[in-house]
Amino acid sequence: MTAGTPHLIDRRLNPRDRSLGNRQRFLRRARAQIKEAIHKAVNDRNLADVGSGGKISIPSRGVQEPRFRHDRSAGRHSGVLPGNRTFISGDRIAKPDSAGGAGGGKEASDRGDGEDEFVFALSRDEFLDIFFDDLELPNLVKASLKEAYAYKPLRAGFTNHGVATNLNVLRTMRNSIGRRVAFRRPGLAKVGEVREELAELAQRDDLSALERRRLAELWAELEAMNHRRRVVPYIDPLDIRYNRFEPQPKPKTKAVMFCLMDVSGSMGPREKDLAKRFFVLLHLFLQRRYDRVDIVFIRHTHVAQEVDEQTFFFAQETGGTVVSTALAEMQKIVRARYPVSDWNIYAAQASDGDDFADDAGRCAEMLDAELLPICQYFAYVEILDPREFELFKDSHNGKDLWRTYQGLQQKWRSFSMKHVADPAHIYPVFRELFAKQNAKA
Amino acid sequence: MERQPQTKARPGRSRLLFEGAEWDFATLQRTYAAIEEIAIGDLGLDVYPNQIEIISSEHMLDAYCSVGMPLMYQHWSFGKRFVREKEMYRKGHKGLAYEVVINSSPCISYYMEDNTMPIQALVLAHAAFGHNHFFKNNYVFQQWTDAEGILDYLEFAKRYIVKCEEQHGVKAVEELLDAAHALQDQGVFRYRRRPKPNLREQKIRQRERESYDAQHYNDLWRTLPRTVAPGEEAAADREFAERKKRLKLPEENLLYFIEKNSPTLETWQREILRIVRNVAQYFYPQKQTKIMNEGCASFVHYYIVNKLFDEGRISEGALLEILHSHSNVILQPAFDDQRFGGINPYALGLAMMQDIRRICTEPTEEDHAWYPAIAGNGDWRTTLRDAWANYRDESFIQQFLSPRLIREFKLFLVSDVAGNDHATVDGIHDERGYENVRNALARSCDISAVEPDIQIVDVDLRGDRTLVLRHAVREGVPLAERSRDEVVAYARLLWGYDVRLESVDQSTGQPLCEVGT
Repeated sequence: MTAGTPHLIDRRLNPRDRSLGNRQRFLRRARAQIKEAIHKAVNDRNLADVGSGGKISIPSRGVQEPRFRHDRSAGRHSGVLPGNRTFISGDRIAKPDSAGGAGGGKEASDRGDGEDEFVFALSRDEFLDIFFDDLELPNLVKASLKEAYAYKPLRAGFTNHGVATNLNVLRTMRNSIGRRVAFRRPGLAKVGEVREELAELAQRDDLSALERRRLAELWAELEAMNHRRRVVPYIDPLDIRYNRFEPQPKPKTKAVMFCLMDVSGSMGPREKDLAKRFFVLLHLFLQRRYDRVDIVFIRHTHVAQEVDEQTFFFAQETGGTVVSTALAEMQKIVRARYPVSDWNIYAAQASDGDDFADDAGRCAEMLDAELLPICQYFAYVEILDPREFELFKDSHNGKDLWRTYQGLQQKWRSFSMKHVADPAHIYPVFRELFAKQNAKA
Repeated sequence: MERQPQTKARPGRSRLLFEGAEWDFATLQRTYAAIEEIAIGDLGLDVYPNQIEIISSEHMLDAYCSVGMPLMYQHWSFGKRFVREKEMYRKGHKGLAYEVVINSSPCISYYMEDNTMPIQALVLAHAAFGHNHFFKNNYVFQQWTDAEGILDYLEFAKRYIVKCEEQHGVKAVEELLDAAHALQDQGVFRYRRRPKPNLREQKIRQRERESYDAQHYNDLWRTLPRTVAPGEEAAADREFAERKKRLKLPEENLLYFIEKNSPTLETWQREILRIVRNVAQYFYPQKQTKIMNEGCASFVHYYIVNKLFDEGRISEGALLEILHSHSNVILQPAFDDQRFGGINPYALGLAMMQDIRRICTEPTEEDHAWYPAIAGNGDWRTTLRDAWANYRDESFIQQFLSPRLIREFKLFLVSDVAGNDHATVDGIHDERGYENVRNALARSCDISAVEPDIQIVDVDLRGDRTLVLRHAVREGVPLAERSRDEVVAYARLLWGYDVRLESVDQSTGQPLCEVGT
């Protein structure tokens, strides 16, 4: 039998995600490990890069598929290799290390039980999904944060395919009329006239020969008209027009985000980790709304200083705690680089709540008089350890800063504050910010 | 679908099938026809009807991950493969294959849309004729696989597993598949002959089984338990022998035995084991014929493109491009080369096929001594077709690896005993070494000798239904411990009672170690 003509099939336009189900199964399977890896990634990455998804590596242990395998480090192994240059029978080849395999090549490292890192890339969505898991974001917010660009549908002419809701009746009918005229589709009125005349003639039984012929003609005419009406439809699919919409990117502007953090000795790695998540969330939000987002890191002890991200999160600093210095620094930077007319200003402050004696009062004053009027949003989190958190459950209670800031919360809607001891506590700080956003959308 | 009318070779002076890198469907048709003429008319190949599908790189990744099949049931391990391949591809560590071909009738082969026309011609010859002929004619494939039924069967398997997931939960099915996959290398018949499988029939039989099996338990369990009085030792031994006979022990196909005899599995679970087992069995011939299969396909494409060039049907540029990727594929780096990753089946396979042709047409004295039957017979086409049909890698190398090739590849045999600080060279490409090297290479292609030999030897009926597996230890090579324990745990999950794995030295019969659950 010969093959004959081949069956050629173009599958290039077939759906591409046939493996999606398997991929999801895999991610679910390795969820715990992926979560840990993402946790690590969030700590290691720059604030601005967290939201971009990308490569993570997990230990391959949990996703291994065990099989019976030979242990390459015991017993006698032999193999045939190509490319001999110098060996002759009976030669002894020193092994690179005592556990190795046969005389070089890759075999030496091919042990039965390998423990490798399994490296793969997550999409931005998958990454954020798992990142958000800890933060317990509401679904609506999750969805809107993941959306990379905001689009607004804009009218853009007409199209001949679309959904019924977008049907443009005027255009459709205009086409329909034109076509009906061109094809001489008899209108209802015309048919009515013929019918009437027919009925009139048919009623009478004293018809002259002329009239009888007229009757036959009318029948024929009616038949022809009906036929024509059937053949030339009132509305043909060809006539139909829909409004066309084109997604237009929303106009965006620029925003600057100030990250203020207390870096005195009392802020340990756990506190900084929580603070980072807090900053990441605000950054994701801003990124979504603005074309350009600048980030300014200001750390403070008893003096404040603008630093780069690395220093911000990882350098250790000792000293007292005077929060107002950071606010003053922020004010200075705003004046110098971020004119209020061009920039939307957001600030996020993280602290363990301690402040030097009566400095807290000064902070509240500065915020009230200088900063809050120019800020779109100012979020403050007080990072506590879980025991303290239990203690301060009642939101009226708190440390120095907390108590002083409380007055501001009443007065300014753009000011928000929260005790945080766990990643899940972070989102409520922004609740209002996101609520506004969603109401608008 | 964008099928265009078939056109014969273009009018005008040029006999060229195509020019430049661009391809379209008409060109593909035309080139296919030209290739077919040579493949069938000249080489005398016998192929399944071809179904040629053009896909994008994403589809190719998809195809990789479901073990090359156009449809496959869902499991996370395929997703794992997908994310890994994608990462490798993304980073440029690895290019994608030009083509994937499936042992089915019609023979489906996938071609990447990014291939240039010369490459499309190359892979058409390679897959649609080379591999296709091999699938249809090689005895291992004929004996073990059912090309007609495989796609239907996979379709059935996919549906069946979806149905099970709906009925019994995704998790339960996943656990079962995990366990079955762990044993799938031990889920094939290696030695026993079996009638040609008919997968279509299996599908129908499954329905009958479902109703029948519902009440059916193996008789085995009905008489249990019973204790043995001291005086009945001899009777017990007799019973053991009789039981072994009844259960056809020892059994090499673990999944088969568990499927048939597990006291705890439900009908759907047995069916899933059967699916995993059938898929494993379907792929078993491919494992055994890597070198021959690639050798056959490479020989065919190489012969065809050269012939096309000789006939003036492809240009010099096209030939150069083809030869460029051809020589990349058949590169055999030396053992101490950075790129070395074992014997390259393309390289060795092609070299052996060409060598057979040479022996048939231009034999040397040495060839006359080694291959009196074929040396100088002049009919290399028949000789090759005969080899392609009647051997697998192991026997093929045993039969046809000539001294000349051993010299050419500078093959040498190294053996290494753990604990020694040196490895020993046991043979090189010289008079004394040829046989040694050839035997060793052939042995390393015998899958049943390379993979761990594990069989079921007993089910302890008198007591606790413990399933006893025996690993025959060759050359003192034990199983890697951690994966061994995990697989034994999976086996226990399937069997429902304890599983014990004993390692016994194959030559002395001495027990080495024992693990159980």
